[in-house]
Amino acid sequence: MSDNTNHHIVPYRTYGLILLLLLVLTGTSVAVTQIELTRWATVVALLLASTKSAFVLAIFMHLKFDQNIYKIMATLIILLVAVVIVLTFLDYGFR
Amino acid sequence: MSETIAHHNEHRDDEASKLGMWLFIFTELLLFGGLFVTYAVYRHGHPQAFHLAAEQLDVVVGTINTVILLISSMTIAMSTTAIQKKDKRTTLLLIAITLVLALVFLVNKYFEWSAKIGHGIWPGSPLLEELGRGDTLFFGLYFFMTGLHAFHIIVGMVLLTVVFVRVQKEKLTFDNFQLLENGGLYWHLVDLIWIFLFPLFYLIT
Amino acid sequence: MSSNNTNHTGYKSYLEEDGGRKGIFKWILSTDHKRIGLLYLYAMMGWFIVGVVLGLLMKLELIAPGKTIMGPQAYNATFTVHGVIMIFLIVIPGLPAVFGNFMLPIQIGAKDVAFPRLNLFSWYIYVLGGILVIISLFGNGPPDTGWTFYAPYSFKTGTNMLPAALGAFVLGFSSILTGLNFIVTIHRMRAPGMTWFKMPLFPWSLYGTAWIQLLATPVIGITLLMVAGERILGIGFFDPAKGGDPLLYQHLFWIYSHPAVYIMILPAMGAISEIIPTFSKKTIFGYKAIVISTLAIAFVGYFVWGHHMYTSGMSGAALWAFSLLTFIVAIPSAIKVFNWISTMHQGSISTEIPFLWAASFIFIFMIGGLTGLVLGSLAVDVHLHDTAFVVAHFHFIVFGGVGFAFFGAMHYWFPKIFGRMFDKSWAKTGWITFSIGFVTLYGPMFYLGIMGMPRRYFDYLDEFHGPNIISTMGALVMIAGFLIILINLIKSARHGEKTTEMNPWGGTNLEWQIPTPPPLENFDEIPVIDKATYKYD
Repeated sequence: MSDNTNHHIVPYRTYGLILLLLLVLTGTSVAVTQIELTRWATVVALLLASTKSAFVLAIFMHLKFDQNIYKIMATLIILLVAVVIVLTFLDYGFR
Repeated sequence: MSETIAHHNEHRDDEASKLGMWLFIFTELLLFGGLFVTYAVYRHGHPQAFHLAAEQLDVVVGTINTVILLISSMTIAMSTTAIQKKDKRTTLLLIAITLVLALVFLVNKYFEWSAKIGHGIWPGSPLLEELGRGDTLFFGLYFFMTGLHAFHIIVGMVLLTVVFVRVQKEKLTFDNFQLLENGGLYWHLVDLIWIFLFPLFYLIT
Repeated sequence: MSSNNTNHTGYKSYLEEDGGRKGIFKWILSTDHKRIGLLYLYAMMGWFIVGVVLGLLMKLELIAPGKTIMGPQAYNATFTVHGVIMIFLIVIPGLPAVFGNFMLPIQIGAKDVAFPRLNLFSWYIYVLGGILVIISLFGNGPPDTGWTFYAPYSFKTGTNMLPAALGAFVLGFSSILTGLNFIVTIHRMRAPGMTWFKMPLFPWSLYGTAWIQLLATPVIGITLLMVAGERILGIGFFDPAKGGDPLLYQHLFWIYSHPAVYIMILPAMGAISEIIPTFSKKTIFGYKAIVISTLAIAFVGYFVWGHHMYTSGMSGAALWAFSLLTFIVAIPSAIKVFNWISTMHQGSISTEIPFLWAASFIFIFMIGGLTGLVLGSLAVDVHLHDTAFVVAHFHFIVFGGVGFAFFGAMHYWFPKIFGRMFDKSWAKTGWITFSIGFVTLYGPMFYLGIMGMPRRYFDYLDEFHGPNIISTMGALVMIAGFLIILINLIKSARHGEKTTEMNPWGGTNLEWQIPTPPPLENFDEIPVIDKATYKYD
């Protein structure tokens, strides 16, 4: 286990840019929901939230620079939550 | 900790503690996952009431808190860069900013909650009973989920304070900063949850 | 590694090495994974005796129709506390906490788990959870909701529901931390050369289990918190009067509690996969198939929770999907049974005690598993739901499966753990008495359930009297068998014939290549693995 110092140094600039991007996405999300999109509002808001969290996961949480195993685990767990929601809605969607 | 483990060669494995932190984050995701399922089910059952109830939450306060959390996420992420550049002063400064932002978030939350309670809306309040089932569920979820999230903020603050002290005492340094990184990971989790709570409660109206 | 069967002399075993502490502190302050495993074992043994006594009280109540020794309220409390203790304090921690802690690091060639202090901390949380369960017995009277804490009754009942639910919550925390520890240990601490597919099957089963512990337990955690919110604040999540849906409680509860069944049974299957090749002197048949089926059970097992809710009023689409998934999850279990039997085929079998337990496990597990499919099919379940049939099926799997595997593992690893051999003839008497009692106790319940006797009632119709008498008699026989086993093991652990033989059974994995009992850090030198596991030359 000699990889205790194996770290990727992310420049400040990258973090700054990601924050800027996240703020823009937040702004979009707020702006979009002010106009009435009715049924699509939920979808758009959730898509934007998912995009934001993807950036947080990849850059802030270093998933992009980490070993693949973390990416695989994170993906599978998000998938798991998705399947659980789908199965629950097999009940609630067809009552 | 006392010297209870004298017989164990204290062997350090940063990758193991990072993996441990990630696994813990996964359990946290599933913890909130249960609540997101609940939210989805009740939103599906009471679309109209959820729509109207969400309009009673203040988008401005919600947006400000979102921005605060996003910035704090960036500062804590930057602190891992600072420590690797052996810049102790900047590291401490960035952690301190994160802690201050966390506190501001909580103060905002406090005012938001007291305003709602002032209007007679709290879990199980008589007003909610009058307003009907959809509102009861919406505000029940609102208090429960943002409350649990606030609890995580407090835990994160405690963790980051410990990190701060350890950086100060140079227990954490450029070649040994896994605890800072783990503290950061936890803080980003708190941010991640909020990224979803914000649109679900404040925006989708 | 040397393969001689003599002991190294001049080493101190983990039982002698006490870190300079005295009395009970040798145990409760030690972060040695082996001592922690035994701490769990002793705590669980105490709880198990309590659970068995409660079970016996129920069987005595049911020996005749009408009130025999207790009324309805006492009976409801008895089956609730019996369930809470047996599920949350015994079978869920069960094999992982005891044998997982003890054997996992040894079997993968490590000196300890990844986070030894966290490991001890998990035990303390376990004890705290147990204390909360004890607290729930006093005050307003023990909880009477059943171990499932179904809403809306769970927040309406006047009994002490909250401490019990809180206890389950806290115990979940202990379970999560153990799972987390094991996953990191397996990822990071395998000995050099031990690739994933050279890892023995017991660690593999612990790996699958740990993922379920990690990903399913938080769901019950949040659900119990919501019930607490319901009781304390009256939020209305599950209260139909306030718009809440009690069925959502059932969904959330079973999203955890069905995978929890696999938390119980997977490590049991892992232990069986260790015992069978050792006593057949043959390489395990289909190693990879067993590994893959372990992971498949862990994964698909997460998606079958709805089969507990067939009669609850779920939508037709959900009924159909959950029934299909339930049938799919049976396949990997069947694969394992085929592999175990194929391992025995043409092996040179020695019918030592652990093998007897393993063989009877397969028998019992097959009955339990197939009756599970009976319940998993929609139409039949409507008839059998909430009858004694369910109780019989459940006990065949959870008590038969986990219990038989636990006793098998206990006898298998006993000489390694204690450095003494148990009395084999008493062990055999115990096994046969226990097995006969077990089948006599739960067998008639299948019949009673099909005939329509509901579960969870202190009373029943006269026509059910005969089989109930047989069942109670079976309970007495089984408890006699249990006492024989227990007393034999306790006596042998203290005064049994000392053994320093490294490999009394002729096993192939690493635990049989270190001294008996193991030294504090298991290995003087971390071994290098160069061949596949379960190889007999």
